Amino acid sequence: MLAQPDTPAVNASRDAVIDIDPGASCLEIQGLSLAYAGTPALSDLTLRVPRHRVTAFIGPSGCGKSTLLRALNRLHDLNETVSRRGAIRLEGQEIHAPEVAVAELRRRVGMVFQTPNPFPMSIYENVAFGLRLQGGLRKRQRDEVVEWALRSAALWDEVKERLGDSAWSLSGGQQQRLVIARTLAVKPEVLLLDEPASALDPISTLKIEELIRSLKSQLTLVLVTHNMQQAARVSDYTAFLHDGELVEYAPTDALFTNPRLARTENYITGRMA
Amino acid sequence: MRRVRGEGPWAWLAAGSVALSLLLLVALLALLAGRGLAHFWPGELVQIELDDGSRFAARPGREERSAEGVERLYHTGNREWLGTPWRWVEVARIVEQRRPAELVIVERRRWGDFIGRVAGLEEDGVALDIDDEAARWTALDERLGRLARLREARDALRQQEVMPRVRALAAEQDVASRARLEDELAAANAEVLALQARMARDRVVLESVEGERLALPLEEVLALQRPNAMSLPAKLGAWGERAWRFLSEGPRAANTAGGVWPAIFGTVLLVLLMSLLVAPFGVLAAIYLNEIAHQGRLTRLVRISVRNLAGVPSIVYGVFGLGVFVYGIGGSLDEWFFSEQLPSPTFGTGGLLWASLTLALLTLPVVIVATEEGLARIPDHQREGALALGATRLETLRRVVVPMALPAMLTGMILAVARAAGEVAPLMLVGVAKLAPQVPVDGEFPFLHLERKFMHLGYHIFDVGFHSGDVEAALPLVYATALLLVMVILVLNLTAIFLRHHLKARHGALPR
Repeated sequence: MLAQPDTPAVNASRDAVIDIDPGASCLEIQGLSLAYAGTPALSDLTLRVPRHRVTAFIGPSGCGKSTLLRALNRLHDLNETVSRRGAIRLEGQEIHAPEVAVAELRRRVGMVFQTPNPFPMSIYENVAFGLRLQGGLRKRQRDEVVEWALRSAALWDEVKERLGDSAWSLSGGQQQRLVIARTLAVKPEVLLLDEPASALDPISTLKIEELIRSLKSQLTLVLVTHNMQQAARVSDYTAFLHDGELVEYAPTDALFTNPRLARTENYITGRMA
Repeated sequence: MRRVRGEGPWAWLAAGSVALSLLLLVALLALLAGRGLAHFWPGELVQIELDDGSRFAARPGREERSAEGVERLYHTGNREWLGTPWRWVEVARIVEQRRPAELVIVERRRWGDFIGRVAGLEEDGVALDIDDEAARWTALDERLGRLARLREARDALRQQEVMPRVRALAAEQDVASRARLEDELAAANAEVLALQARMARDRVVLESVEGERLALPLEEVLALQRPNAMSLPAKLGAWGERAWRFLSEGPRAANTAGGVWPAIFGTVLLVLLMSLLVAPFGVLAAIYLNEIAHQGRLTRLVRISVRNLAGVPSIVYGVFGLGVFVYGIGGSLDEWFFSEQLPSPTFGTGGLLWASLTLALLTLPVVIVATEEGLARIPDHQREGALALGATRLETLRRVVVPMALPAMLTGMILAVARAAGEVAPLMLVGVAKLAPQVPVDGEFPFLHLERKFMHLGYHIFDVGFHSGDVEAALPLVYATALLLVMVILVLNLTAIFLRHHLKARHGALPR
């Protein structure tokens, strides 16, 4: 699999992983291991995700980057075959603690998936979905939040005339921005993006990337992508995962221009599938 | 070219199968429609003279070839004199055949059809002196019209004056108001009787070709036609009227005449009740199996069992319904709530409720399987999308999964309706009746009478076709009823398909 001999991974990951100041970190992952029905997917992962920055997880298919992302809002809870060790802390609070309600956690840690998944409802109702779950808003307040969310997702001007139309009538790129707006409407602190542009055309991809950059003033973003140019364009920090291990974690510029490890270099220069 | 040649035989075989299926379907519908709809057509009447000098009037029917020559079946009517309304005649024996315009066919409330001539009119037992043929027809039409108006007035009177007072009287306790109500009721009844006396005044004197005479009260006349004198539009009108009466009236003469309205009503009501019962159970079971249950060996076993239940013969469900619903639950209900009516059963005998429950059980696997397939087609990322917004599993189900699976659920209902509406065998055990002119819905509390027996088009076909004394009269009704059953199922299915289409159109196709 590897094109060149590599420095031993155990030693290497110590050196190659930068340390984010705990005060500036939003998510803290410590010693996280995860297995599907006994098959390990992540092993002993430790990293901090900085607040109000875009952090990208890159790596070859099957390296565990999506698994890691889904662990951050406990989507694995549904799968009974998943076993986990280690800690994930959101703003210092362990997310697996018994007093944390999973629905509340998922509201704070929103997620956008690879395939646009608007619900079979109108555009408006899609954005209002999370708000209705929480309840307590009057119609006028709800209208305001929906408009704000759509504006934040750079979709308002395209759909303001047709909020009552089916969300499935939108193009793929618009659907993905709608899904982002839907997630923003519940005011999350973290936004997880799982290859959000991989199903989209180049122009839609560009819009999503612009959107990601513009959103980091509001919240912390974690991006999983197999497109290295994309990671280089939008992220502030990049983590390279391989075989369920964190190989290298550095500011994006440093990682792409001056990788510490040969494995990372091989991957980003395309010598490793 | 080579490609086409290579695929040739298979393509032809497949196309041939499709063509054959279509042909069979068209032939089936054509047969039902041709035989069934022709029954209502006012065909011409002929007057026949045979080689022995005897004469009769009849409507000609089908022919059969035998060793002695060709025989033709004639519908002669006049059962009271001839014993049977049908007569086979050797065509070779016919000396003369005429089509007199004045021949009439009278559909009567009793004794079936009369075929012959109108000899005169009577009013209060006194013959009217009208010699002119045309004037007599005018007078007859006038009187038939008057009778129809009187009948309407009488029915309205019964509906609006008599029945409300009968009901009020049953509930009223106060002596003074009871007396007042009784007086009013007596007055209303007297009015009804007066109208009926006026209706009984007119009689039409009929004379058969053989010379038998009959003074028939006009009230007994359901329809009176002179088909030989009718123009095409008039015949079409008469055809439509008879077809409508077939749809809207109850059966007469041991189901060999009259209409099938109670059977249509029974069939539709049965299917609707069945749908109401099966939909929640089937959908909830499918949701549990697909969304909630742990996907282990037990779930797989349950799923396989459900699928196999769809293959159990329907009569077995009938036996189950009889044993569990009718005798078990129905018998217990009678003991607890209707003990004063025992030993005559209320729920402890077949009825609408038990029949719809049995059919619901019969169609449950179909609904479960179709709904499960619909649920399985919903991409996981839809569920995850809702969960990621902080929805609980229940909220995800209710707001995203179920709405997306609605078209599949309706598909299940369509399949269930198609299966249930045509089912006859289990119904015979759990509540269908040969004759139940009282439909299970009426103005009497509690309006829907679930314990009543009901008529069903499928069973009606069986009964009319195989249990009636007059096979020749029954056969066209069998075709007409079969056509109607197909139509009813078609309408029920189209309704569900329309609903499903409407649901799908609201959001377009499933994305990707």
